[in-house]
Amino acid sequence: MSARQREVVVVGAGPAGLQAALAARALGAAVTLLDASDELGGQYWRHLPASRPSEAEASLHHGFERFVSMRAALDADDGCTVIIEAQAWAADVDRDTASDHGSDVGSGATGLRLHVLVGPPDGSDRASLTLRPDALVLATGAHDRTLPFPGWDLPGVFSAGAAQALAKGERVAVGRRVVVAGAGPFLLPVAASLTATGSRVLGVYEATTAGGLARGWLPKPWQLLGVTGKAGELLGYVGGHLRHRIPYRVGHAVVAAHGTDRVERVTIAAVDADWSPIPGTERSVEADAVCVSHGFTPRLELPVAVGCALTDARFVQVDAEQRTSVPTVFAAGEITGIGGVDAALAEGAIAGHAAAGGLPGASGIRSAVSRRDTFLSFADRLERAHGIRAGWSDWLDDDTTICRCEEVDYGSLRATAAATCATGLRSLKLSTRAGLGICQGRMCGRTVEELLHRTVSESGGNGLIDGVSSDRRPIVSPLRIGELAVHAQGPPPQEPPSTPTAEHPG
Amino acid sequence: MVSRRLPATSDRIVPGAEDTLRIDLDGTPVDGLRGQTIAGVLLGSGVLAWRRTSGSGNPRGVFCGIGVCFDCIVTVNGQRDVRACQRRATDGDRIETQHDALPEPTADHDPNRDRA
Repeated sequence: MSARQREVVVVGAGPAGLQAALAARALGAAVTLLDASDELGGQYWRHLPASRPSEAEASLHHGFERFVSMRAALDADDGCTVIIEAQAWAADVDRDTASDHGSDVGSGATGLRLHVLVGPPDGSDRASLTLRPDALVLATGAHDRTLPFPGWDLPGVFSAGAAQALAKGERVAVGRRVVVAGAGPFLLPVAASLTATGSRVLGVYEATTAGGLARGWLPKPWQLLGVTGKAGELLGYVGGHLRHRIPYRVGHAVVAAHGTDRVERVTIAAVDADWSPIPGTERSVEADAVCVSHGFTPRLELPVAVGCALTDARFVQVDAEQRTSVPTVFAAGEITGIGGVDAALAEGAIAGHAAAGGLPGASGIRSAVSRRDTFLSFADRLERAHGIRAGWSDWLDDDTTICRCEEVDYGSLRATAAATCATGLRSLKLSTRAGLGICQGRMCGRTVEELLHRTVSESGGNGLIDGVSSDRRPIVSPLRIGELAVHAQGPPPQEPPSTPTAEHPG
Repeated sequence: MVSRRLPATSDRIVPGAEDTLRIDLDGTPVDGLRGQTIAGVLLGSGVLAWRRTSGSGNPRGVFCGIGVCFDCIVTVNGQRDVRACQRRATDGDRIETQHDALPEPTADHDPNRDRA
């Protein structure tokens, strides 16, 4: 084995990625940490920019001190190159390079290639960078999954994550009278953030019924949030705060939003254990914003691009070392399962350690392994308690928009599927245009798959059978043709790119 | 105005050192703070929607807020399709709203002409 320093690239600077970078550095690897944002911390520790400092910002967060110290450690470390505004747009494994050199020797021998653009988001002349690391840690996180409902395309309807990002990152409240709805314990911190930004939260509506919560989890989700350490103390406060000031209703859903050019009111209904609205329970609430999330969708573009196998639940499959099915690629955080911050931190530590060549039983990661294992069941329990139930589609009307970009409604989606008798997602996407718009199916992809699968099954078929997944997007993030052209002419392959030249202060 | 930026004076975390900036939205000045995204400046001033969809012309603004849905795209200083929730505003930015209407069939390019 070469004595050359091992090069580890970490994609995503949320809790998992930060911890992975630190763990890889602890073993002496040269680390490059990339994030698309110009601030570290990910969505979880989304914070005010340096130009608007606040001494009390930690009070909006859980474990913010930990973030600040992790950031400071990486900033002060010459062995870690932090590149902000770095958008990875493609990744692949160059099989020729990999086989020519065997494994685990000189730079680039793994054949892993990560193509990155560095500069302002959606800019036109960003710097092009190709990294060829010895190991890659993917910590790209997840985004909210919002199920469609009538009126969800009106301005004033936000994902819960949007409300959270604007509140924490800009101190902007998305509305004065706000309804929070969907599923999962993550609705609670969103409601707390909105309250702390001056919104009046009219209620938090959790679709899961009390019976479902009791069976899968606990009847009071704030208890679940209070399970660990200091974060637990803060979250306990949040729970107390919410319990006393904001109605928390289980077994209820926002089933429609109404208004002409913006949300003016919403319809809330009781739902059964299958999330099907119970007729006669509808009531109308005046609101100027509604923040809705029914779960999370992992950001799988990079893992899928490099060939990582997925689990049946469609997260990245990892072993005890957080190693994916591609031996030089590791994954940590929400792309391996929605497990919360403690799981993400532990997984990051294990992934960074293994990516840097550390041994599985090493003393340095024993506590992380034990913590990770403690939280391993979290994702399952969360899914069991709050997972999306099939009855939700009963709140759809024929003219409810399913694909926001291409404005494909539920009726057209089903009618086209029935008319073409197609059983493949690829052909159905082309004939319905659902999932083909500017977001490339990121918002509606899994919903479209679910609805088409049901429609095709109802007409006597076996559902979608072409094995195509809406998770596959070879271009990870849209880029301009001009930038692609520059990249194509760009640096010759023999250039040593693993140590990036375009450095930015983290 | 419903969406709004919380004034520092009534914010319990009291963010300091606020440098103001002004951007131009289709000819209308909109004020914000350095460090805000374009979407944050607009929402902070009560502007909830700015794009119009191609098909129905319906209004759209921020939906996902984290750069995934592309509903909030705008033209910034002549550069199209910039996610307003991801791009930080700079003083003097010229923001144009986008409405990429689908092309109307013309006499020369009517796909149904032969069947009429």
